Amino acid sequence: MCTYLTEKVSISGSGKGPSGWFRLTDASVYFDHPVHAQAEHTLNIDFLDPAAGPSARVAVELTAESARALAKAIQATLDSAPPGLVT
Amino acid sequence: MYDAMLAETVTITGHNGDEIEAYSARTLQAGPVGGVVVIHHLPGYDRQTKEFTRAFAAGGLNAVMPHLYHREAPGAAPDDAMAAARAAGAIPVPDERIVGDVAGAAAYLRGLSNSNGKVGVIGHCSGGRQAFLAAVSLPLDAAVDCYGGFVVEPPPEGHPLHGVPRLVERTGNLSCPLLGLFGAEDQHPSPEHVAELEDALKAHGKTYEFHSYDGAGHAFLQVDRPSYRPEAAVAAWQRIWAFFGRYLLSPVLREDSRYVHLPDGEGLDQR
Repeated sequence: MCTYLTEKVSISGSGKGPSGWFRLTDASVYFDHPVHAQAEHTLNIDFLDPAAGPSARVAVELTAESARALAKAIQATLDSAPPGLVT
Repeated sequence: MYDAMLAETVTITGHNGDEIEAYSARTLQAGPVGGVVVIHHLPGYDRQTKEFTRAFAAGGLNAVMPHLYHREAPGAAPDDAMAAARAAGAIPVPDERIVGDVAGAAAYLRGLSNSNGKVGVIGHCSGGRQAFLAAVSLPLDAAVDCYGGFVVEPPPEGHPLHGVPRLVERTGNLSCPLLGLFGAEDQHPSPEHVAELEDALKAHGKTYEFHSYDGAGHAFLQVDRPSYRPEAAVAAWQRIWAFFGRYLLSPVLREDSRYVHLPDGEGLDQR
């Protein structure tokens, strides 16, 4: 089913799209039907700079299992960074 | 059968008088023919739903699909428009705006020179819900709900649709016959939800026809998804052709042997 659910978060960083690198200010996280991935529902993340228009977007569609593994890897990476680097 | 069509992007007048993009696929038959408003699913105004729209023109009807996220991202790629709408908090699209856009699409169809004045609506997934929403809100001639969620099932707490009255409560306002196509293995809507909707239709004396397909879950009509179930989809399309042939008074769908596959009377039953 279409879930309609979206978590929005402000972020700071950069992403690379078809036109090269651009700054990222926002992310949308949602578990819904994908556009491309061959699964019925996926964990989707849009990394965005809305001020630069709708095409300023890096999109990923991950299976739920992949998304959980990625979240775990992100957390582990941050936790294992040398002291003082992660604020 | 003369089967030429013209498919193109057009501008229609939607809710609140807004000019919005739409995808139009029109038979070039002199007519008069019926029209179908296609409501896209939540992932957007995509290539697959445009193909779905063209199928009706190939069947001798006029069809148009309003771009429900046009306002948030005019001219953007359809998937970027969906993402922009999400980021702008425009998903779910307010019911009032969807109804206004469908009304504008119906007016576009009725204004075509070969129109017979009959207009139906069809949608799948969230579009199935919106097809039912349109049919309880607007004067239409036929509606097809393909496995629409949240018609009966109440959205959980915290869901953006939580608190919106259940559409099933508005069944008494249904303006036209309803064809419901469901997967027996779907949980949203589940067989229990479908049964409750059927009970409401019976209670209000509405004309309807429901079909649930074994071995099919949600989105069984979606040809590019792993949920596609060809046997159920082929059977469901036969129901769609028969239903629109009857209620949109389309001579092609009623008389052309390529569309009339069902035994006499079957598929046209009204409970």
